[in-house]
Amino acid sequence: MTSPTTTAPPASRGRAPEPVSRRPARKHQHPLGLRLKRSWRLYVLLLPPFVYGILFMWAPLYGLQMAFKDFSVALGINGSPWAGLKYIEQFVSSFQFGTVIRNSLVLNFYELIALFPLPIILALLLNVVRNMKFKRTVQMITYAPYFISTVVVVGIIIMLFSPSGGIVNQVIVGLGGQPTDFLSSEFFRHTYVWSGAWQTLGYSAIIYLAALAGIDPQLHEAAKVDGASIVRRIWHIDIPGILPVMVTLLILNMGSMLSVGFEKVLLMQTPLNLNVSEVIDTYSYNVAFASSIPQYSYAAAIGLFKSVIAVIMLVMANWLARRVAKTSLF
Amino acid sequence: MARTRRMRYSGGDATFMVTTYILLAVFTLSVLYPLIFVVSASVSSADALTRGEVWFWPVGVNVDAYAEVLGSPRLVRGFLNSVLYTVLGSAIGTFLTLLAGYVLSRDDLPFRRILMFFFLIPFLFSAGIIPTYMIVNALGLMDSIWAVVLPGVLNVFNMIITMTFYRLNIPKEMLEAAQVDGATDFRFFFRMAIPLSKPIIAVNVLFYAITQWNSWFNALLYLSDDTLFPLQLVLRDILTQSQVDPSMIGGDVSELIRRKELFDKLKYALIVVAMIPPMIAYPFVQKHFTKGALIGSLK
Repeated sequence: MTSPTTTAPPASRGRAPEPVSRRPARKHQHPLGLRLKRSWRLYVLLLPPFVYGILFMWAPLYGLQMAFKDFSVALGINGSPWAGLKYIEQFVSSFQFGTVIRNSLVLNFYELIALFPLPIILALLLNVVRNMKFKRTVQMITYAPYFISTVVVVGIIIMLFSPSGGIVNQVIVGLGGQPTDFLSSEFFRHTYVWSGAWQTLGYSAIIYLAALAGIDPQLHEAAKVDGASIVRRIWHIDIPGILPVMVTLLILNMGSMLSVGFEKVLLMQTPLNLNVSEVIDTYSYNVAFASSIPQYSYAAAIGLFKSVIAVIMLVMANWLARRVAKTSLF
Repeated sequence: MARTRRMRYSGGDATFMVTTYILLAVFTLSVLYPLIFVVSASVSSADALTRGEVWFWPVGVNVDAYAEVLGSPRLVRGFLNSVLYTVLGSAIGTFLTLLAGYVLSRDDLPFRRILMFFFLIPFLFSAGIIPTYMIVNALGLMDSIWAVVLPGVLNVFNMIITMTFYRLNIPKEMLEAAQVDGATDFRFFFRMAIPLSKPIIAVNVLFYAITQWNSWFNALLYLSDDTLFPLQLVLRDILTQSQVDPSMIGGDVSELIRRKELFDKLKYALIVVAMIPPMIAYPFVQKHFTKGALIGSLK
């Protein structure tokens, strides 16, 4: 996302590619050997993060081969015999496969559809507020829950929504309803998504507010002179103005789609809601760490499956964004 | 005030503005209410709480739940462990991020793109929990504080934000001038770039501190010695698994019942205690976080 190269111009344009290099001219003034010699100090500075990257980012990727091996703790990753695609096949043909994939997709699409537009709306509304005191108060309060840990947020949900004496159920019973278990299969998804909204809306709106602040005020002044209403100005000035940010965030959301919320799902998981709360990550975790016979290779294969899907979705979203919105991440 | 607004806005706009204010107020109150309720419940009397008399303001104020929390060695130790992990995690994370962010911001770095991909690929294609667990095990970090602090301490997203910051804030002319004066890259980084990095250092420290303070999963995976548990993991046991520390419940039965009534209240007090450190940091960090989000949005 930082590389200066962008997409090649479409061939249909029929123009020869410009010979002009995008790189600054002075970069090629010196041969590589000299540049390396001059830059050794930069490499020394990069050494600590590089070593960290080898140990904690690349070594696990190397260890991912255990998904294709009959991993045994005694033999280690290198010593264990190869097993081919056995574990991938085991996952795809397991009776859990359909449930786990469906739960992951449903939970994440629900979250995306519910939580992607709301911060945009919040930011657009906050942006038209002229009373600075009110605006600051709203921002400060709605931003705060982002800093509360997932454990505590789930703790709050469990306490407030408890079927036995939680304040929400007291209200429901007071209004003549039946006590509701908000962590049951029926409600799990809603509780998960809307508690997420409570926690992150204010924070997510910030980036859009920043983008809105960057819109040229002259556009608004000119539209006002022409008699455009606030709604029309939001529609024709604000929304097009923040479109690139929207697209970027949408692509990023798509890429992390299958992993977001793993910790929260794990915290909210109970034996009673397992049929809707078991997602790829929790399944992998449960297979490896919560079962009596840990199946590390199988669990690693499940994790690998997820990462592959995540990358495919990221690339697809990026491609789509480039086609539709003419903005892309890479 | 309403009158002056009506004078400034046309009919449709006035309706829109009123709706906007109402929507924002309702949303803000719905965010605020659970927090107020939790605080009220934690200082109300256990009886009033059990009878459902607490709605908004505390009823029968007392702070014995807090006394209980502060008197529990397990919670106090968890709190202190969390402080240690947070300090270590934010120091190491910020150090690594600044180094990588600065070096990768340099256009004249040979193999810059390859090094960029070195960090980007594992960021986009993560190995997952199991291989990471195996590596931490192979490195012999199990059941040590480093297993909690190190995995995931360098966040590539932060690194990109930091890199962008250096691109925008350290002009090339400055580096060239320093080089003409004979400054090495070390000297330039430590004497010029670092002193100019205060905002991005603040963003990194705060981001890593919040992440580390709130994390529990690494501790769950890698720790079996409960004297090393961070606060969040202790909280998880009590709040979501409803595991009661035997030391918190006394021996005799009447005491047990009294304590059981206290248990709900205790949970509310725990939630409040866990929220305090991030909330104290919050007013200071808000400005910097916004700045970080802004830099990040520029890609």
